[in-house]
Amino acid sequence: MQLTRAGFLVLLWLFVLAALRVVRSDLYAASGLRASGLPGFRRSEKSARGSKAPRQLVVTHGALTGTRISLDGRPILIGRADDSTLVLDDDFASTRHARLSMRGTDWYVEDLGSTNGTYLDRAKVTAPLRVPLGTPIRIGKTVIELRS
Amino acid sequence: MGSPVPAGEGSPGASVATSTSPGLRPPTRRGTELVMLSFAAGLVTLALILVELNQERSLSLRVLYLGLAYLGLFACAHLAVRRWAPYADAAILPCVALLNGLGLVVIHRIDLAMEGTVFLDGSTWDPVAFKQVIWTAIGLVLFAATLKFLSDHRTLARFGYTFGLIGLVALMLPGVLPGFIAPEINGAKIWLRLGPLSLQPGEFAKILLMVFFAAFLVSKRDLFTTAGRRFLGMDLPRARDLGPLFAAWGVTVAVMVLQKDLGSSLLFFGIVLVLLYVATERAAWVVLGLGLFSGGAIVAWKLFAHVQQRVANWQDPIGRYERIGGGYQISQSLFGLATGGIGGAGLGAGRPEMIPEANTDFITAVIGEELGFVGFAALLLIYMIFALRGLRSAIAVRDSFGKLLGGGLAFAVCFQVFIVVGGVTKLIPMTGITAPFLSYGGSSLLANYILVALLLRISAAARAPQRAPKPKPQQPAIADQHTVMVERPK
Repeated sequence: MQLTRAGFLVLLWLFVLAALRVVRSDLYAASGLRASGLPGFRRSEKSARGSKAPRQLVVTHGALTGTRISLDGRPILIGRADDSTLVLDDDFASTRHARLSMRGTDWYVEDLGSTNGTYLDRAKVTAPLRVPLGTPIRIGKTVIELRS
Repeated sequence: MGSPVPAGEGSPGASVATSTSPGLRPPTRRGTELVMLSFAAGLVTLALILVELNQERSLSLRVLYLGLAYLGLFACAHLAVRRWAPYADAAILPCVALLNGLGLVVIHRIDLAMEGTVFLDGSTWDPVAFKQVIWTAIGLVLFAATLKFLSDHRTLARFGYTFGLIGLVALMLPGVLPGFIAPEINGAKIWLRLGPLSLQPGEFAKILLMVFFAAFLVSKRDLFTTAGRRFLGMDLPRARDLGPLFAAWGVTVAVMVLQKDLGSSLLFFGIVLVLLYVATERAAWVVLGLGLFSGGAIVAWKLFAHVQQRVANWQDPIGRYERIGGGYQISQSLFGLATGGIGGAGLGAGRPEMIPEANTDFITAVIGEELGFVGFAALLLIYMIFALRGLRSAIAVRDSFGKLLGGGLAFAVCFQVFIVVGGVTKLIPMTGITAPFLSYGGSSLLANYILVALLLRISAAARAPQRAPKPKPQQPAIADQHTVMVERPK
């Protein structure tokens, strides 16, 4: 009886561990801790990628802070429309506010005729502008930037 | 995502981001879910076998069939997820399956213990395990229906005010209806009796009101942080923006307090506070809310005898052991937990019949007695994983309404567990409330299955790849077109 009792508890804990294993990969992302911040990871990343190509878009200010969208070459639509890649519900954003698109290896931001404009690090975006890594793009009250 | 990340792919964080990316099809992970569900069903079957053995009942193949039936039930739920929300989170459903299954086993175990008991009023114990199985089945049907008919959680936001109104009406209904349809049970008038069924509309109202608050806060959030006047270093919104929120909040909590449903009022107060905090990111709201709560709690303590009683029972349960309405229940629960100790008495080997209301409010005390601290901690961790996955989905989903609703739903389960376990272990005064998925009670189970379906819907929206943009008409490459390439003048 003692054995079955302990056995059941062990199995119960195994279930907990299995469930944690299922969710393991997300734990880092949820805490905002990026494993690439660790020295070991960074080195391997650099040597593997060579250059610093933007790989994700991160919202740094505004209601959606913390949202990450990874970049795979397809254009990213930003605005209040439901089918935008990043859906803003900000009174200062337009339905179709801005678009980020990739040309060659660089990402460009262009304003889609928004009411309040799109700003790339203080400069108003009037024509497609190249977006360097880590440069804030302000749309209404939301600020996004590209990260490698 | 569970597989180890190849070195060239970069960090785990990046691999997660990839799963929400537009281009690559992320793994749906339904296979993992099925394996975990089988694990959960195996554990539940084992628990049932242990109970039968410890109660010295003859084991038959029937136990195995019950286990398989349980697996079948959740396999259907799994198929529903596979069909209607293929990208839903893989850990949520197995956690729920295990909690619900353990709840069923413990309820069955209490039935065995109470068999043949005759109460003071001459009634005998009515076995409830089978009823709970039926409720589970109905709950899973509702779960599948919610997934099928709600293909996008954002549609809920459009019906925010309607849901809020229905929720308030449902909440007040038992209070205003006459006694034959809304009987007073254990001093709380929160039930509706429809033929053989008793329902607690408050459980459903909780979800409806959560949808309302989330939708309301999303549409008015900007006004909460910008307009209005400054007071004590805090930007207060204008009264007309705040009005509906505080009206609904106040009415809800007041109704619950008047119905003597203290646990639900505490739960609801906490949920709205957290929604406000998540929506505005201002700690000041939490401070304000806690202040309001302390004020309200003191007023309630001064005004209501039953609140005073609960607090006194909390402060000294053993000193009030023999009084009517005294600390008997909490003392018995503490004795049970103490008997369980670290390793527990073993499933089926404890004495749950010593605790009143063992299969509803005090079910966690029974589990603490029979599985001990080790098993109880595992149980709490399973709740934690459930809430963690819910919050994670809320972070990952791309629209604010989903974020707020998902965060609210996950927090609601978490907070409910805190209230009931805190009460049972004498951390806070005991307020009657069910342990989600564990306790006997149809309404609570049905409402919680709807809640799980909503969370899965939100997590599916968070993980699913973006819909492909409308296909553009295929154009031949510019060099192949029948035009003349003109060099740009230099």
